[in-house]
Amino acid sequence: MKEFSGKVLFLDRSDINTDEIIPAKYLTEITKEALQPYLLEDLTLNGFNNKEDIQNKTVLVTRANFGCGSSREHAPWALEVNGINVVIAESFARIFRQNMYNCGMLAIELPADKLEYLFENYSGKDTSITIDIDRNKIVVTSLDQSEEIDFQVGEFDKTLVKEGGWVGYADSNY
Amino acid sequence: MGKTIAEKIFDAHRVNMPFPDTHVLKLDRVFCHEITTPIAITDLMARGMDRVFDPTKIKAVIDHVTPAKDSKTAEQGKILRDWAKRHGIKDFFDIGRNGVCHAIFPEKGFVRPGYTIIMGDSHTCTHGAFGAFAAGVGTTDLEVGILKGICAFHFPKTIKFVLNGSLKPGVYAKDLILFIIKELTVNGATNMVIEFTGPVVDGMSMESRMTLCNMAIEAGGTCGICYPDMTTVEYLWEFIKDEFKTKEDALLEYSKWTSDADASYEKVYEYDVSTLEPMVTFGYKPDQVKSVNEMSDTKIDQVYIGSCTNGRIEDLRIAASIIKDKKISNEVRAIVSPATPAIYSLALKEGLIEIFQDAGFCVTNPTCGACLGMSNGVLANGEACASTTNRNFNGRMGKGGTVHLMSPATAAASAIEGKITNSQLYKA
Ligand code: SF4
Repeated sequence: MKEFSGKVLFLDRSDINTDEIIPAKYLTEITKEALQPYLLEDLTLNGFNNKEDIQNKTVLVTRANFGCGSSREHAPWALEVNGINVVIAESFARIFRQNMYNCGMLAIELPADKLEYLFENYSGKDTSITIDIDRNKIVVTSLDQSEEIDFQVGEFDKTLVKEGGWVGYADSNY
Repeated sequence: MGKTIAEKIFDAHRVNMPFPDTHVLKLDRVFCHEITTPIAITDLMARGMDRVFDPTKIKAVIDHVTPAKDSKTAEQGKILRDWAKRHGIKDFFDIGRNGVCHAIFPEKGFVRPGYTIIMGDSHTCTHGAFGAFAAGVGTTDLEVGILKGICAFHFPKTIKFVLNGSLKPGVYAKDLILFIIKELTVNGATNMVIEFTGPVVDGMSMESRMTLCNMAIEAGGTCGICYPDMTTVEYLWEFIKDEFKTKEDALLEYSKWTSDADASYEKVYEYDVSTLEPMVTFGYKPDQVKSVNEMSDTKIDQVYIGSCTNGRIEDLRIAASIIKDKKISNEVRAIVSPATPAIYSLALKEGLIEIFQDAGFCVTNPTCGACLGMSNGVLANGEACASTTNRNFNGRMGKGGTVHLMSPATAAASAIEGKITNSQLYKA
């Protein structure tokens, strides 16, 4: 199982699509590593700098319908080769969400008010998040505060995360 | 309590439920293209599992960038080509015989009512037009599909559209689906199947139904579905005539893939669409939709007619009927990409290609091309395209470009005027 712990990137926008996460012109790459420089290159978000802001981040916190659009698994891969293996959002597009779990990564849904709380209290600060998947807790920490937020994850999704993804699980069970 | 078509298809294909609300389904088809499949292939090879579950159920095509535009796209094509050969995948469509996946696979008769289909492509929902459950997936799901012939789904809820009345002249399936996406918003159908029903859909060709289902994903939908009927049987007849004595027999068999009258829905929308106007998108989300009249006079630099949404023969006929004996504006460049070689040949035979060329269109080979900004018509920064494709995301057709989604009729009229134009102006 992967380690789900580290610094947080806040992206305060809904409907961030997979073309924004990794533009189609880079889909000609045939290794995941080659996607590394291009993550979020076409994101339209005021003040966001894709070269600086994503450095050393592990957890992405955003709004509704993250990962909509194309089915490209290059989107989770581009996140992962940049060190990001958790996305926390109000909701996800189905294919993106499944792709994350299929790769043994986490796509966690939180209600809008809890996300709003995270944005209000932690965005713009040096914030870290650790996911405790056995206790279903998001542990949020910044300089002056630390707290736990509950989250839900289905049994299938949890199994994929623990077993490192769908290919291994499917191969040993089907 | 009755069942929806999606429930019936799930029941008929369920292998097991390893966890609550986790349905592992047996697949009838796994479709592949050269953008999302090569990494699945190389990963299977790296794991020492370079196998396929059934070469007759896997269909593959090189369509997104073809002919290859550089060494990288050549390499992607080569990985797919070598793999198809290695595993005896006979239905592999390479250059000269290739076309846009969601146009060529139905055209070859690979889709049947009641089928389960996955592909590493979000617009796989197109094939629901035949009464199939067809879902786009990522590379890992595709990889497991190739290896085991299965895929896991959470059970999708179903919403139903009952479309009454009749579409006005100049208003098409594309206008209807843009209107529906505007109503649903970009995530209004997430994790759901969208059923398209009612007299308007009953009267539609398979091409138009594919246009409707194609864009279900733009509202977040897992699959768009139309019930199979005589139109479906007619379309498939040349492929199924050995299986059935008569078309009526085929219809009887396929009719089991229809929702029961007392099936339960998440929501039912009922509209009389008789007053619907031609629609077009503005902005960078497919639910940002206005009537063409509200957007008319918006200047454009390029017109693109093609893609899995609107690159079929019906689309080319409609566009050509408007373009005929006219010239495109000096202010625009225009491109038409017939979606498959068969469509191209038919368009040639019917004189449509000549009409496009006389008007000043560039006619390209069948490919996705400009639709995803990889080749054949990429926009420059600040340019706008009147396009019959399905996505207007920022940068989709080229960095800094804007895409206005519309019907082939609106695109053709816009080519003539050099700005977004209602095609109804051209119909006497
Ligand atoms: S035509 Fe466009 S939307 Fe359709 S499969 Fe090709 S790239 Fe995707």
